[in-house]
Amino acid sequence: MSQSKRFALLAERDINKETFVEAWPDAGLIVADGSNDPAPSLTVESNRVAEMDGKLRADFDAIDTFIADHFLDLRAAGEAMATSSLRLARMLVDINVPAREVRRLALGCTPAKLCEVVRHMNVLEMMMGLAKMRVRKTPANQAHVTNRRENPALLAADAAEAALRGFAEIETTVGVARMAPLNALCVLIGSQTGRGGVLTQCAIEESMGLRLAMKGLTTYAETLSVYGTERSFVDGDDTPWSKAFLASAYASRGVKIRFTSGTGSEALMGSSEGKSMLYLEARCLCVVRGAGSQGVQNGSISCIALPESLPGGVRAVLAENLIAAMLGLEVASGNDALASHSAIRKSAKLMLQFIPGTDFIFSGYSAVPRRDNMFGGGNFDAEDFDDYNVLQRDMQVDGGLRPVTEGEALAVRREAARAAQAVYAELGFPDIRDEEVEAAVVAHSSEDMPPRDIVADLAAADRFLAGQQDVRDVVAALRRRGFAGIADNIAEMLHQRVLGDYLQPAAIFVKDSESQIADSSSRSSFGLRVLSALTDPNDYAGPGTGYRLGGARWQEVISLPQVRSPRDFIADRIGTPMQNLHEVGPARRGRFNEVIVCVGPAFGTALTQTINGLDHEAVLKAIFTGVAKEGLVARLIKAYHTSDCAQLGFTASSYSGSGIGIGLQSRGTTVIHKRGMPRLHNLELFSFSPSLTLETFEQIGRNAAKYAKGETVRPVPVTVDNWARLRLIVKTALLHRRETEEVRDRPPQELFFDWEPEV
Amino acid sequence: MQDERLIGDFQISADTLRRQADAAREAGFTQLAENLRRAAELTAVPNDELLRIYEALRPGRSTQAELLAVADRLERDYHAAQTAAFVREAAAEYARRGLFRRE
Repeated sequence: MSQSKRFALLAERDINKETFVEAWPDAGLIVADGSNDPAPSLTVESNRVAEMDGKLRADFDAIDTFIADHFLDLRAAGEAMATSSLRLARMLVDINVPAREVRRLALGCTPAKLCEVVRHMNVLEMMMGLAKMRVRKTPANQAHVTNRRENPALLAADAAEAALRGFAEIETTVGVARMAPLNALCVLIGSQTGRGGVLTQCAIEESMGLRLAMKGLTTYAETLSVYGTERSFVDGDDTPWSKAFLASAYASRGVKIRFTSGTGSEALMGSSEGKSMLYLEARCLCVVRGAGSQGVQNGSISCIALPESLPGGVRAVLAENLIAAMLGLEVASGNDALASHSAIRKSAKLMLQFIPGTDFIFSGYSAVPRRDNMFGGGNFDAEDFDDYNVLQRDMQVDGGLRPVTEGEALAVRREAARAAQAVYAELGFPDIRDEEVEAAVVAHSSEDMPPRDIVADLAAADRFLAGQQDVRDVVAALRRRGFAGIADNIAEMLHQRVLGDYLQPAAIFVKDSESQIADSSSRSSFGLRVLSALTDPNDYAGPGTGYRLGGARWQEVISLPQVRSPRDFIADRIGTPMQNLHEVGPARRGRFNEVIVCVGPAFGTALTQTINGLDHEAVLKAIFTGVAKEGLVARLIKAYHTSDCAQLGFTASSYSGSGIGIGLQSRGTTVIHKRGMPRLHNLELFSFSPSLTLETFEQIGRNAAKYAKGETVRPVPVTVDNWARLRLIVKTALLHRRETEEVRDRPPQELFFDWEPEV
Repeated sequence: MQDERLIGDFQISADTLRRQADAAREAGFTQLAENLRRAAELTAVPNDELLRIYEALRPGRSTQAELLAVADRLERDYHAAQTAAFVREAAAEYARRGLFRRE
């Protein structure tokens, strides 16, 4: 237990729920710079790799062999390995070196060489490199849509909302593996309700994943996992050859795939061979490219908490994203699994991918609440949607999402849940009741859903998988039940399979109108357009190039439903001008012991209330009462030459017979000034105008009078609310702007306030 | 028109895959192009057979003879010469690294 109250408080902070450990290289608990990592080397004999990273071919494991024979570009290898790693690192951030030149050399680098290159870079340089090397010019985002109860109506509704919110891909998975066909189906229906062209997948065992794709229930697959040591690869029940075959099998059915890898998996599986996480990940990425996968999901993924427990972990995760992009792989860059208790830490980590932009900034942003996320949490989830939209607006960064209104969301959720209900009925699956549809429309989480017979659903899922029905029956069912739009969108996804354009690297679909590119060759009959390495190649080459968030997309990003017009912000502070306040001529200097109140030029006329809604008349009465209670008289003048509070106070004191004056702005900010003090100095300043009450104003009047009498004064206590400035800053600015509009080239005027304090 | 599209298949053709492979190669994605060429060959292989071949390639599933028989079948029944060569290459590595089924 801490003695210090501060240390005790710190110990309770979210960040201190995390685990932090020292590096332990022999256990693979080191992110980079592993003492057992090999030095880069390559020997080529008779156009064949004879030695790589310190290992002779005879000693190669299956991963080495695969990398040597399928990854390394021997035309570039000689030059690449002879180029210093520092020079290659500098080429990554040099805007005068084109991405294709860096990539040509990277494809001739061994895994150890790739690690050595990125080890020279700090995170800022890696982000620069990522912005340049990213495959697709337009960044995008992927959603996770799952729920704990595996409720079909809720899956469809959440997928529809995710599609509406702009996600280019939606991934689902299962609690119970046998449910996969139905979950995939519901997410397919929902996604194509929210927005045609969204790609969908279901993370499941490899063979099952392929069967779902064959049935047309998914349009891409992602969880083709690879590992950096032979032992863990085999424990993952594959070899580089079986994984490459699986990739070809998917492509033969017209289905996009990407592989999955990520730092920490080997250490977690107990088979790191004492190598650093980054070195093993570099091997993975060489296998991914060698196997002909167009892309990879990496960034530690489900193992993220492991590198984050180690020094430099977050940097290493960015480094692995960068290596993947260097190799021309589409990158879905992690940020998916729950990685931190701390909102500061998770947001800071996100910036490393969010700011440079990646092909998919998240390889699963949880579009459902954390407790419904079956992928192990969800580092960002549905509750963070508005925060994320604001981040895009703040930084003018395209994070792949758009703000939506409640009305839009409810409409697509209802349509999707009803469509799922119709398809279940037509295909003979267990009923989705009206009660479930209605609950799904307004639900936030599966706890808002009525219970469902999961045993009956599982039996239906088994029959569906084994039977002849496929996605074409789904489309027909939707048509019969009057869901023509959704049917058309699903049919279009099938048509896209036949065209195969989305098998090219980093492909997503956008509607014609959403796209910034002019090329018409990638346009389909449905107005869907493929953005990929071929149709939308990243051409970043420094400021003024590459993807820029602007035009209609920027308008979409900034149009948050919460945004208000500032023009009517201060309407309620403008009332009928005070009837008992009259200008009687130029202000004159007083000769008696008095207090002058100098108000701003809008006071009681253009503006009639302070920022917190006190009537100007009431404020004046309070001050006058306070002065009178001390036996003095207050006199009122109005400045026209300034709206500044310090100037008002200075003016007041210079006209005051006692030398004591009160400056009072229309918004309520007040100062007590004494003649002879520097302009910006004061006796008391009340800058927190929103916390000022009529009692405070009376006290201000009293204190001013006491100063005038030469008494010892205890400053007026004020409430300090540091959030008030934050909440009211726009209103403050607009009130001050209105007052400043009234500034004239005119000397201060004497005001007659037709009111007498009763003391 | 939509209905016609529906009644038909959603199977990509070998020719389309080869065209995509050419486009990928031209853009510098050599290994993706190889993958798409193997995919073009695999369009001829029925779903169940495709799943069986994948299973045979997974570690500890096949003997050397069984995997080589898979390669032969790919070449003979489906004219999948490139994929067959890839499977034979895997067989050689599996033998060297002990990745065949132990009997």
